Amino acid sequence: MNKGIVIEGMRKRYGTGDTAVDALKKVDMQVEPGEVVGLIGPSGSGKSTLLKSLGAVIDPSAGRMMLGGEVIYDEGWKAPDLRALRRDKIGFVFQAPYLIPFLDVTDNVALLPMLAGLPNGEARQRALDLLTALDVQHRARAMPSQLSGGEQQRVAIARGLVNRPPVILADEPTAPLDSERAMSVIRILNDMAKKYETAIIVVTHDEKIIPTFKRIYHIRDGVTHEEVGERRGFD
Amino acid sequence: MISLAGRDILNTWGKFIFTGIGLGLLIGVTLTMAGVYRGMVDDGKALLDNSGADLWVVQQDTLGPYAESSSINDDLYRSILSMPGVAEAANVTYLTMQVRQGRRDVRAMVVGVVAGSSGKPGWPPYLVAGRQITRSHYEAVADIATGFELGDRIQVRRNQYTVVGLTRRMVSSSGDPMVFIPLKDAQEVQFLKDNDAVLQQRRRTAENPMLNRPGVPGLLDAVIATQSSNPYVNAVLVRIRPGFSAEGIARPIRRWQRLTAYTRSQMEEILIGKLIATSSRQIGMFLVILAIVSAAIVAFIIYTLTMDKIREIAVLKLIGTRNRTIAAMIMQQAVVLGVIGFVVGKVTATFAAPYFPKYVLLMPLDSVTGFFAVLMICVLASLVAIRMALKVDPAEAIGG
Repeated sequence: MNKGIVIEGMRKRYGTGDTAVDALKKVDMQVEPGEVVGLIGPSGSGKSTLLKSLGAVIDPSAGRMMLGGEVIYDEGWKAPDLRALRRDKIGFVFQAPYLIPFLDVTDNVALLPMLAGLPNGEARQRALDLLTALDVQHRARAMPSQLSGGEQQRVAIARGLVNRPPVILADEPTAPLDSERAMSVIRILNDMAKKYETAIIVVTHDEKIIPTFKRIYHIRDGVTHEEVGERRGFD
Repeated sequence: MISLAGRDILNTWGKFIFTGIGLGLLIGVTLTMAGVYRGMVDDGKALLDNSGADLWVVQQDTLGPYAESSSINDDLYRSILSMPGVAEAANVTYLTMQVRQGRRDVRAMVVGVVAGSSGKPGWPPYLVAGRQITRSHYEAVADIATGFELGDRIQVRRNQYTVVGLTRRMVSSSGDPMVFIPLKDAQEVQFLKDNDAVLQQRRRTAENPMLNRPGVPGLLDAVIATQSSNPYVNAVLVRIRPGFSAEGIARPIRRWQRLTAYTRSQMEEILIGKLIATSSRQIGMFLVILAIVSAAIVAFIIYTLTMDKIREIAVLKLIGTRNRTIAAMIMQQAVVLGVIGFVVGKVTATFAAPYFPKYVLLMPLDSVTGFFAVLMICVLASLVAIRMALKVDPAEAIGG
């Protein structure tokens, strides 16, 4: 069984009757643990709706979705506690880091395991380990406003990984960064995917990083297509 | 689990402190208003305590001598003094007026007491300087709140008095300090007309054929003599012997003397229930308005602070934070704001109270009640912001 992401025949319709809009018409995706795949599509293609469905913040109208080997949606049925599911199974990395401005770097990362019930000391140690792995341990006591854009994004990645979720959703994580920092972020995501056996979907428009994905899904008018052919991937 | 509210407050402590100080000044005004009311009640009780009376005998069917004017003959005290159970009875007059000293004047209650009978009801029970009145005229004992000092010459109507003693906490029910003068002088003060008016009255009396009959020599002089003196006082203060009940003595006075007599509890009811009732309702209205304004300010501040964190709240919800954790964060901030405000308010009221012209009595129980009222107001005021925060869609963090 795929312990990463499995989506089969997902549809999402907004509204009813004549005003109904099908944002997702047919979405099929599979991402294996340890794999980083790209999701590319023009504006209005349904990327955000797909990401929200994957993030368990909106319910699909039909289809089946599994995250980390657990069925989340299945033809109208949904898992009972989506909030806990988001906390334990999904890591989020946004276009902007959206760090909590009143928590320092360590606590921004440690907050999730604390919310999951881990003792404060253990949660902070786990956060420090990740910050060390992402090479921002020297900014552990800094406030988010004192970090550079690249450092903020690395802290955001640490926050996404800290609960060791089987799935990470990254929404244009390199958009605010220059080429060098963008490649650094993609390298980190690839390393982390391998290290923690995490399935990662990266939504992007960034031409520079598209060649780094071994597999890419295109989405257009609510329908996904996997790009055919051998890709270089991240070296 | 770390305290999200605490961290947010530490991160924006300046905003919280300054907002708390602003709110604290408002709470300080509220506590002071409550203190003003308590001060009025305490002034009323001090007036009764310091009079040293167990019974107040006044004109029939009046609420005198403090709440209404009362006028009774100054020889009635003798018949009261002869009643069983009465230890002491003393005439007294009260008149609130401006007392002059040089160029300045002070609003004071002028109390007329029988000279040379120190210790009787109506007299100041203790002095902080000088001596009691011993002469029948032109000596005064003043409360230190008047600002007078020993040896000062003060003017009450046309007469000048020397301050021979100073007392403390002798005030009227409206907080005006008292000035004690001999009874005879006080009776004259209440009655005294200006010289022109005296001449006019004498001329009119002389021209009245009923009062100036040719065949009745001495009638005109007798009438003029009665017009020139004041045989009335406002009340007789009675102290009763141990073992007798005030009500037991008041009953025959009401029945046979055709006067009204009030016991201590009845007089307290008149002072607090009637004399300062309107003021207390007025203060009550102020307290309600201030509570509403405080609640509105807290609600607005917490709402604004929460609005500033909408994106963070969406992220917190997206990463799995419970609604109750977010609600607790907002409520804790409101409570902290209230606590800062209360501390500032309490300190402000404590330091400002002595500078008020009237007595401000800050009671610990009022402070405790105020503290819990502030907490309740803050909790209620935070509900608007909590409601808004709980409505935030976690999908907003993803955008699109």
